[in-house]
Amino acid sequence: MIHPIPFILLAAVAVAAALGMLLSHNAVHSALYLVLNFITVAIFYLALNAPFIAMVQITVYAGAIVVLFLFVIMLLGAERLRSAADDVRGPERLHRYTALALALVLIGVVGYLLFQGGLGVGGTAATAGAALDASPQALGMELFQSYVLPFQVTGVLLLAAIAGVVIFGHTKKRGGENA
Amino acid sequence: MTPGAIAIRALIIGFIISFAVITGFAYTTLLERKVLARLQHRVGPNRAGYIPVPWRGGEKRFLGGFMQPAADAVKLFMKEDPTPAKVDKITYNLAPMLAVIPAILILAVIPWAPAFRLGPWRFTPYFAIAPGINVGVLFILAITSISVYGIILAGWASNSKYAILGGIRASAQMISYELALGIIVLIPIMMANSMNLGEIVEAQRPFWFAFIQPLAAIVFFIAALAELQRAPFDLLEAEQELSAGFNVEYAGMRFGMFFMAEYMKMISLSAIFATFFLGGYGGPFVDRFPWLGFIYIIAKIIGCLFLMIWIRASLPRLRYDQLMGFGWKGLLPIAVLNFIITAVLIVMAEEGTLAPLLETIRGFFIG
Repeated sequence: MIHPIPFILLAAVAVAAALGMLLSHNAVHSALYLVLNFITVAIFYLALNAPFIAMVQITVYAGAIVVLFLFVIMLLGAERLRSAADDVRGPERLHRYTALALALVLIGVVGYLLFQGGLGVGGTAATAGAALDASPQALGMELFQSYVLPFQVTGVLLLAAIAGVVIFGHTKKRGGENA
Repeated sequence: MTPGAIAIRALIIGFIISFAVITGFAYTTLLERKVLARLQHRVGPNRAGYIPVPWRGGEKRFLGGFMQPAADAVKLFMKEDPTPAKVDKITYNLAPMLAVIPAILILAVIPWAPAFRLGPWRFTPYFAIAPGINVGVLFILAITSISVYGIILAGWASNSKYAILGGIRASAQMISYELALGIIVLIPIMMANSMNLGEIVEAQRPFWFAFIQPLAAIVFFIAALAELQRAPFDLLEAEQELSAGFNVEYAGMRFGMFFMAEYMKMISLSAIFATFFLGGYGGPFVDRFPWLGFIYIIAKIIGCLFLMIWIRASLPRLRYDQLMGFGWKGLLPIAVLNFIITAVLIVMAEEGTLAPLLETIRGFFIG
């Protein structure tokens, strides 16, 4: 388990980064706050004795996905978000109420589970987690023996996504001009 | 040892190694200039600092130019460091730091020497800033994958067409070549049956992986060159097209930090290549004299650096579509094939079907 003082400091950074991501008006800054958040979460994983997940978190999310976000933002030149005044007109007016309702539902569910102890905070679930072997070998064995079918299904799903991208991205080119 | 003591020891070792690598970076620039000069029939920097030979009246000079890095550093620090008017100030200042930090962080898991004891401290199972990490390879992949931020953000924050083109090129190139790099890294993992860098080094005791898997070693080296944005893959700073690419708006020491990041990443990726394919700290008599490990790995790193500089002096720059085609249609399929064949052979060897097969093939040829 993690000591309360570094936990609170890290949690403060994570929450601040998440808020910064939401409230920043510049899309690139938002992406950077998101990276900071991912890295903080990775440190939490490390502290919880799950180094594999921590490293994968950094490689996949901070290293690949947000880089692609930045890439798209930079290519489209969409750094500046529209000001809030533009949002209240137009059909997006209702979006904020939907978002508010969904957020309330989320807070309600998480709060309910927290008070019920259903998220494994404290109690028996946490102590069982401490004895878990989180080495890459153990994880691989578990993944390729107990959960081999879900793993394969996920692979097929990702393959379908890649095929979709190829179909949508494929345009017929005339001549041998370079892309 | 208590966790606190381990942390303090790691901090001290990390401090020493970081400083060693910063010095190493300075002298890598000198090495590059000297070697490039010699390959082009020039002398290279030979004015700043030398050792005169007194018995010839100070005429003959040893090590001409060995203070050149210090002169360069003084120059970079003294230069005016203006911030252009319409840049994104925070990101503009953050980018050089984000470029340097991953270059140093990679060194945390590199094993420098086998287990030994120095006074009260015992370095087991090997000497590193953070020894015995069972996800060491993943750590390296994670850090190389975030090292793109310095370049991409420098390009964006500069608010300049050339810089943003350089940044976009860099990010596309690094994402493309990371795939080949990530797949090739699996081969040493499978051969050593571990993600622990110390165990990967130990698994190369009789033969280096570069001899068993020469193709994998070559692909790794090429992908590492592309990841480093070194020639012939230095598209992002193609002078004719982009003036200087992502760092065109930077000056003084902030420019120097990008320079530093490039050369430190050269050192760290050379160290990784040495660890994965050239036997790391391994070498003759390393069991009896563990300190020899430092000498062996540093010699291997210098060899890799020399090879990179040699390649830069020899090869012309690729065109952009050639670069992308080479990465996706050349290196990636080779890496995947190599990975699949290695995996099949390892499984066959474990199940005992490989030896009879080899015997049959041998019998077929010998008769």
